[in-house]
Amino acid sequence: MAHDDRSAAADALAAAAWTALGEVLDPEIPVVSIVELGIVRDVACGRDECVVTLTPTYSGCPATRVIEAEVRAAVSNATDRAVRIETALAPAWSTDWIAPEGRRKLAAAGIAPPGEARTAASTVALREAIRCPHCGSLATEELARFGSTACKAQYRCRDCREPFDYFKAH
Amino acid sequence: MLEEDIASANVGLDLLGQARLWFAYASEIDGRSEDRFAYFRESHEFYNLLLVEQPNGNYADTLARQYLFDQWHVLLLAELATSRDTRIAGIAAKAQTEVRYHVERSSRWVVRLGDGTDVSHARMQAAIDALWTYTGEMFVVDAGERALIEAGVAADGESLRAPWLVAVRQVLAEATLVEPADSWMQAANGRGGRQGVHTEHLSRLLAEMQVLPRTHPDARW
Repeated sequence: MAHDDRSAAADALAAAAWTALGEVLDPEIPVVSIVELGIVRDVACGRDECVVTLTPTYSGCPATRVIEAEVRAAVSNATDRAVRIETALAPAWSTDWIAPEGRRKLAAAGIAPPGEARTAASTVALREAIRCPHCGSLATEELARFGSTACKAQYRCRDCREPFDYFKAH
Repeated sequence: MLEEDIASANVGLDLLGQARLWFAYASEIDGRSEDRFAYFRESHEFYNLLLVEQPNGNYADTLARQYLFDQWHVLLLAELATSRDTRIAGIAAKAQTEVRYHVERSSRWVVRLGDGTDVSHARMQAAIDALWTYTGEMFVVDAGERALIEAGVAADGESLRAPWLVAVRQVLAEATLVEPADSWMQAANGRGGRQGVHTEHLSRLLAEMQVLPRTHPDARW
């Protein structure tokens, strides 16, 4: 019985932590939460602390430290527990983990959401057509392989002529 | 040019991030901190490939250096991703997805400049010619590494030579470039960066990278 109470309390704390994490936004794409981006891998709360397991998007992403600080603040606020952050590299983060709601929000913010990530090593320059987040046209072209952040490339729509960011499939 | 400036910075950020993951693991084993590895070693204590310390030069030099390295790096990481050491395998699998993108970009630039104007073609050919000699040591395995390879921990550099050559020849052909003749560094006993013996360029790079923490050892950032 006591054990059930404890685990029920732990579950409630973890649920509170998840809710709080759902409000931590990516500092470089402040329209999607880190939960929607798929970088929160696990939350486990005990009597003294909550352990949040994060996985980095890109190894060199400068937002990583900011995200960790915000996670610490949000979870400690919601659970009143000390917060420890663990980093899980494997399995490696993929844009396939971005939730449907996150994809919708990216598109609404003018960032074309990623297509399906390729798994096999390949240098073949075959890419699926990227839909323009402004007018919906598939007549788009890549301007540059890298965009405003490590996770994006620059595209241009040949119909509405607007440039836009594409969240690279990764 | 702005786009390529951003691309170079982003590739650099990926590689810095990956270096931190490797150094963090090394410091768990060795006891020295990440910063000690980066800022307080002398050039002869660095074991990087000579290729990657060569000067930026013109843009063909920069991209040729990047491509020859990326093509090796992507093959190396694919091997390390199957290491028996799960930390190594995890870091390699993570880095692999980034480096696949790097090699796509740099190989396209070798083709664009090689199969471009007379001037860009001549510069890319000169860049490949000048850097070719430094690619030999990518595939040299020493006794210490051999033991790790046999234990299923490290990747066998020698086994990367054939797939690297196949890929590089394909890109050079598409770029209308000529494969340079091998020189002394392609010899099986070619010694260089992997033994801590460097070109003069590494010291200059390190001077710039290390000056702040060496001048202000307690600086925090």
